[in-house]
Amino acid sequence: MTTATRTARHPSTLATLWRSTVGKKAVMAVTGLVMLLYLVAHMLGNLKVFFGPDDINGYAAWLRTIGQPFLGHEWFLWIARLALLASVVLHGVSAYQLSRRDLAARPSKYVHQRRRASYATRTMRWGGVILGLFVVWHILDLTTLTVNPVAEHGHVYQNIVGTFGRWYSDVIYIVAMLALGFHIRHGFWSAAQTLGANNARRDRALKLTANGLALLLTAGFLSVPVAVMTGVVK
Amino acid sequence: MNLTLRIWRQAGPDAPGSMTTYQVSGISPDMSFLEMLDTLNEELITRGDQPVAFDHDCREGICGACGMVINGQAHGPERTTTCQLHMRHFRDGDTIDVEPWRAAAFPVVKDLVVDRSAFDRIIGSGGYITAPTGSAPEAHATPVPKEAADTAFEHAECIGCGACVAACPNGSAMLFTSAKVVHLNVLPQGAPERAARVRNMVSAMDAEGFGGCTNTGECATACPKGIPLPSIAAMNREFLRAARG
Repeated sequence: MTTATRTARHPSTLATLWRSTVGKKAVMAVTGLVMLLYLVAHMLGNLKVFFGPDDINGYAAWLRTIGQPFLGHEWFLWIARLALLASVVLHGVSAYQLSRRDLAARPSKYVHQRRRASYATRTMRWGGVILGLFVVWHILDLTTLTVNPVAEHGHVYQNIVGTFGRWYSDVIYIVAMLALGFHIRHGFWSAAQTLGANNARRDRALKLTANGLALLLTAGFLSVPVAVMTGVVK
Repeated sequence: MNLTLRIWRQAGPDAPGSMTTYQVSGISPDMSFLEMLDTLNEELITRGDQPVAFDHDCREGICGACGMVINGQAHGPERTTTCQLHMRHFRDGDTIDVEPWRAAAFPVVKDLVVDRSAFDRIIGSGGYITAPTGSAPEAHATPVPKEAADTAFEHAECIGCGACVAACPNGSAMLFTSAKVVHLNVLPQGAPERAARVRNMVSAMDAEGFGGCTNTGECATACPKGIPLPSIAAMNREFLRAARG
């Protein structure tokens, strides 16, 4: 004789995800991809600096009008900012919790040490911290203009030329953008792996895409400070 | 061959351990690494010292018992089990470091022996098919697509040695767990319990204190059975699918 027992109900999808290492990593992957998509748009927008002050200042003004008249002035911008803030927080909190767990899972090191994994993989944690600190500086510099030497609202071009006229600002941006490149090189492929999009056939293509994105974004972002430093943009 | 061995000696689970240096001579290049350790132990016993404790069983590369980290690499420089690693891969006069698997979930029992029963508990949480057993079913009763059979066989090769955990900087058991999840979830026999299996096994894995995956790929490089890294992606896919349902 067989008896059937009703299986216990399992917890909600979000609780299952947040409680497991696999699910929390998926949160990191999705928030990482959201930020990556934003960065592609941001980098392309930055290139307008090469078309002159009217072009990029006009572009910045247009950003505030997206969605009008359905949305109010700057509404779209604030929605995007909130989505990005949520992504940064979730990405960071997940990374912190997972890293604590990872370090506790390997309490004693091997006596015979050997270099493991690629540079990009090994620097994900500190690279992420550098990027987090950079975002704070970047917002103070070119959004709130608190630390910007020109600091004229609406005059994006002049503010950019102003900030990159200082050597330490150039150093901060260059270091951060190199860190960004490494972070994306491992992060994009890793996100695909975490979300289950990778398989033996796609592995190479995904790694190439990750390298391509990393190079493109780093080069695109760095072209602006380099252009100011070399006098192409002044 | 004459060799200098630096071996992790630890009297018991709570005793402090340290690397101890030994000299061995008269080692043949055709000996396996375990036979070399046997030679050392014979000497130690003759001298009245405690022999080095290490796990071993089949000595033909299929049981997964003989786990140790040799010169910082799980199972040593060749992609095989320690019993199938031969001394010809070392040079006369070499200094070789031998350490146990290092992971919070694999506590050291003695010397090079670690407790890997965390793996058994992961398997116990879903690494099987709930079906009445009896005489073997007729092979054609359940058709299995060739591709699914190949994937299942590839993942069934896992011998649960723990090299993946030992090699992972996070002491993660993702490759081990994914090998079993993928092995059973691609087969029609495993399909009814597909969602519950991956949910329960991932949850058991987390409960044992293994770390998470940071996609360093060290596990798949160390695996003596060649379980591929995309297996972890396949398990992630199964888990996310199960979490939605």
